[in-house]
Amino acid sequence: MKFSYFPGCSLKGLGRAYEESLLPVLRHLGVELEELPDWNCCGATAYMAEDEVKACVLAARNLALCESSGNQQLMAPCAACYLVLNKTKHYFHEYPAMRKTIQHALGAVGLNYGGDTPVRHPLDVLVNDVGLEAIKQKVRYPLKGLKIAPYYGCQLVRPYSTFDDQYNPTTMDRLLEALGANVVRYPLKTKCCGGSLTGTVPKAGMRLVYILLNEARKRGADCLATVCPLCQFNLDAYHAQMSARYGPVPIPTVYFSQLMGLAFGLSEPELGLRRSAVAFNWRPAEVAA
Amino acid sequence: MMEVKRTIKYDADRVKGFGREIMSVPGCEQLQSCIQCGTCSGVCPLSIYMDYTPRQVMALARGDFKHEVLKSLTLWLCASCYACTVECPRGIRITDIMYELKQRAIVEGIYPRRFPIPVLAREFNAMVKRYGRITEMLLVMKLFLKTNPFAAMGNWRMGIDLMRTGRFSLKTEQIGSRRDLARMLDAVDAEKGHRV
Repeated sequence: MKFSYFPGCSLKGLGRAYEESLLPVLRHLGVELEELPDWNCCGATAYMAEDEVKACVLAARNLALCESSGNQQLMAPCAACYLVLNKTKHYFHEYPAMRKTIQHALGAVGLNYGGDTPVRHPLDVLVNDVGLEAIKQKVRYPLKGLKIAPYYGCQLVRPYSTFDDQYNPTTMDRLLEALGANVVRYPLKTKCCGGSLTGTVPKAGMRLVYILLNEARKRGADCLATVCPLCQFNLDAYHAQMSARYGPVPIPTVYFSQLMGLAFGLSEPELGLRRSAVAFNWRPAEVAA
Repeated sequence: MMEVKRTIKYDADRVKGFGREIMSVPGCEQLQSCIQCGTCSGVCPLSIYMDYTPRQVMALARGDFKHEVLKSLTLWLCASCYACTVECPRGIRITDIMYELKQRAIVEGIYPRRFPIPVLAREFNAMVKRYGRITEMLLVMKLFLKTNPFAAMGNWRMGIDLMRTGRFSLKTEQIGSRRDLARMLDAVDAEKGHRV
């Protein structure tokens, strides 16, 4: 199983713990990744706000690079990148004018995009390609007793997800259960974290962060598991600022891949576990002993 | 003293053709079939902060009330979570309509001057065009400096947390084919008949 890997800017920046944990976990499961050479920014939300066509052109360059790399599929772990790459693919097929513009822009630098490359999220690959049975077999230290609120955020399943339900996604729930964890009911699993509003309109952003953390607390969760670097950043790095308004809710937010690494018994420095501002100190019993 | 304002819109406030123009943009076609049910406003996590709810924005945009829509804070409070788009019983891609309205507001220069969101969009895009990638920490710092330096100082705790956890990096991320990228974006402008 081999994929072109599109890290996106966050996994090299504020979300580096995601990449740090995801790569060894996939390697451990025999999934081969080849980083897309010279990939560029996906186009993301901020670019969409100023120029949707150019955002699609930026995304399309990455899709074209993947096609010319010889790899059949592109893996995008960041929920925002995943959305924009899939959206571009949709628009490419749906709107002839958009297709023409994309091909014209790519043609200017000798690139071509055929429109076929599947864009996959690691959760999709883990559950549907690798399979939960194969994952269970790799679990050395079950996450017994750890209560996790599965938080998917908005852009992974809305509106273009191909592998899970838009209203009540369950892929990560099943994955975390396979690791032996106790997945709590978390009805806010797809509620927005506020995106960049935490920085731009703190009054609104902090409220959303508080609602999400507080619900996890009410449900008795020890931590939240996330699939998105912006969700992780908002729930974790803004905790101090949120506390000033609403009081502390010190529940750590970690990537599902970090939890997988813990269950597989991979070495800790590999998993970026010290990168959370709200410390995640829980360890499986066998490891702690 | 309280200001007396007319709260009913007159026909003369409309910019005829605006609604149709919006509906001609890819992704925005379904606006014409809005039934004003308010599902979008109900599921929007930010509607409680908006001057016009998403339902009202749909009605105003379709009804040619260009100035009211483009001046609305709602455009900038939309976090693009797509909850409305998924829930809309008429299949209207409300998030994409919001994107289109934001773009028009930026082109027309109608937004609060130091309001951070359009500033973020501009800084983000300038960084992508120049380097091909985003250096997140640099972007965050630029945003704070250009909008509200005092807020940046209020965030000192976060700065310390990010340094402590090894996430504070100002090293510029960039791609090799920066020229190609600029050529691609220029090709889009040229096709649209914009100035390159």
